[in-house]
Amino acid sequence: MEITIGAVVQGGTSLGYKTGTWRDERPILDMEQCKACGVCVSVCPDSAVHVKGETYIIDYDYCKGCGLCGYECPADAISMVKEEK
Amino acid sequence: MNNTSVMEGSEAVAVAVKACRPHVISAYPISPQTHIVESLARMVAGGELDSQYVRVESEFSAASVISGASAAGSRSYTASSSQGLLLMTEVFYASAGMRLPFVITGVNRQISAPISIQVDHQDTMSLRDSGVIQFYVESSQEAYDTHMAAFKIAEDPGILLPVMVCMDGWILTHSYERITLLEQDEVDGFLPPFQPVNSLDVNDPKSWGSYAEEDMLMEFKYAVHQAMQSGKKRMKEIFTELAQITGRDHGGLIEAYRTEDAEFILVAMGSVTGTVKEAVDELRSEGKALGLIKLRCYRPFPHEDILNAIKGARAVGVMEANFSMGSEGAVSMDLKAKLCGQKDAPLVVSFIAGLGGREININTVRNIVEELEGVAGSDVPQLEPRWVGLNTDILPKGVE
Repeated sequence: MEITIGAVVQGGTSLGYKTGTWRDERPILDMEQCKACGVCVSVCPDSAVHVKGETYIIDYDYCKGCGLCGYECPADAISMVKEEK
Repeated sequence: MNNTSVMEGSEAVAVAVKACRPHVISAYPISPQTHIVESLARMVAGGELDSQYVRVESEFSAASVISGASAAGSRSYTASSSQGLLLMTEVFYASAGMRLPFVITGVNRQISAPISIQVDHQDTMSLRDSGVIQFYVESSQEAYDTHMAAFKIAEDPGILLPVMVCMDGWILTHSYERITLLEQDEVDGFLPPFQPVNSLDVNDPKSWGSYAEEDMLMEFKYAVHQAMQSGKKRMKEIFTELAQITGRDHGGLIEAYRTEDAEFILVAMGSVTGTVKEAVDELRSEGKALGLIKLRCYRPFPHEDILNAIKGARAVGVMEANFSMGSEGAVSMDLKAKLCGQKDAPLVVSFIAGLGGREININTVRNIVEELEGVAGSDVPQLEPRWVGLNTDILPKGVE
C-alpha cells in the first residue's frame, strides 16, 4: 500500500483479509433443526451468515468462530465444534 | 462603510463562523463555550445560516459528526471547553491522522478536579500531541479574524489538519468588545468554497485512516508532522493576506512586542497578553528593557520565530496557565528543548500563573519580572517552575 494523505484507500479492502483463519471453533448449522428465523444473520458481528434461498450459509472465510450465532439460535440448530487443522 | 458594533465575544465568533459558510455544525453545550453554539443554532433556526446543525448526546459524538461531515467534503465546525474537549480528544487524534480540515473553537476552562469553571489553558494544551493546529487569541476581535484564517489554513492542500482557535473563557467569551466585521463578499473572496482532496462517495467507496502496521505507521505520523512544519510558512502568508483585507495585523505565529534590544522577555498566550503589554509599557517607561512574545500559534511550535525574537536577551520568563504534573509548564519545556545547545542561550524560567482563573494584573507581571531579574545573574540552573502567588498558608498539612 502506498502512503496516502489521511490513509485514504479504496473501500472493500477487508474482503481480501480472510479473518476465518483466526477461528478456534467452527459453527455447524443443522438445517433439519433450523426454523429460518434469521437471528444468526442479525447477530453475526462479521456478517458471515448469508441467506441463500431457503438456506443459511456460513462464510468460513470470514467467520472468526465467536459462537454468538450458536448461543442465540432459538432452535439450537448451530453447534460449535473444535477447529482441527 | 462602518461595520463596527459592540458585541459579546461569543457572538463575534458565531458571526465569524457564519460568514465562513459551514455546511455542518455539531456541538454539545458546556460553559463557557455555550453562547457560541447557541448563537449559531439561532441563526440556523431563523434561516440566516444555511447549515446542518446536528444535536448530539455528547462531545464525543459532536467531534465524530464533524469528522464524518468533513470526510464527506463539508466545511465543518464545533466548539467546546474543558471536560468536553477531553471527551473529544480520542476523535481528534483520529481526525488529524485522517487529515480532516475542520475548525474547533476551544474556549479555555480548567479541568476537574477540583471542579471549576474558571479559565486556564490546561484543556486545549492537553491536545498538544494530537495533530490539531492551535492558535491562541488576545481579544475577541482577534478571535473573529483568526476563525477566518483557521478555515483557510485547515483546508490548505499542503496542510489538511483540524485547526483549533483557543480563546479564554469568560474573559473573552462573555465580555463585550468593539468588533469590526468584514463584509460577506470580503470573506468569500478570502475563503473560497472547500475543495476536498478526497470525499465520501457511495459510487466510489473509500476508507479513511486505513490499517497501517509497523512497516508504515511511522511514515503516516511523519507526514502529519511535516504538514505542520512546512505549513508554518503558508500560515504566515494566510495571516498576512487576511491582515491586508482587515487592516488589522495581529502578527504571524508570534507577535513580538517591544522585544528589540530587550534584556528580559516574557512569553505568554491568550487574553493575559493585553495586561502584559501594559506592564511592558510601564516598565519600559521606568527604564527597564522588557519585551513580550505573544505566542499566537502553539502547535506547530514556532521555535524559529521565538529564537529569533529572543536573540540577545538575558532571561526569558514563560508565563504558563498550564502545568504538566510532575514536570513544569509545557511551553517552557518546548522552549528549553529548542534552546539546548544554542550558543549564548538566555536563561528560561517557567512561571505558573493564572491556573483556575487566578488573577494576573500588572503587579503580578511586575513581580514576575522582578523574580526573573533576580535569578538572571545567578549561576544556579532554574530547574523548578515558580508558582506565582502560591498561598502556602492554605496548603494541606504535610505539603511543603
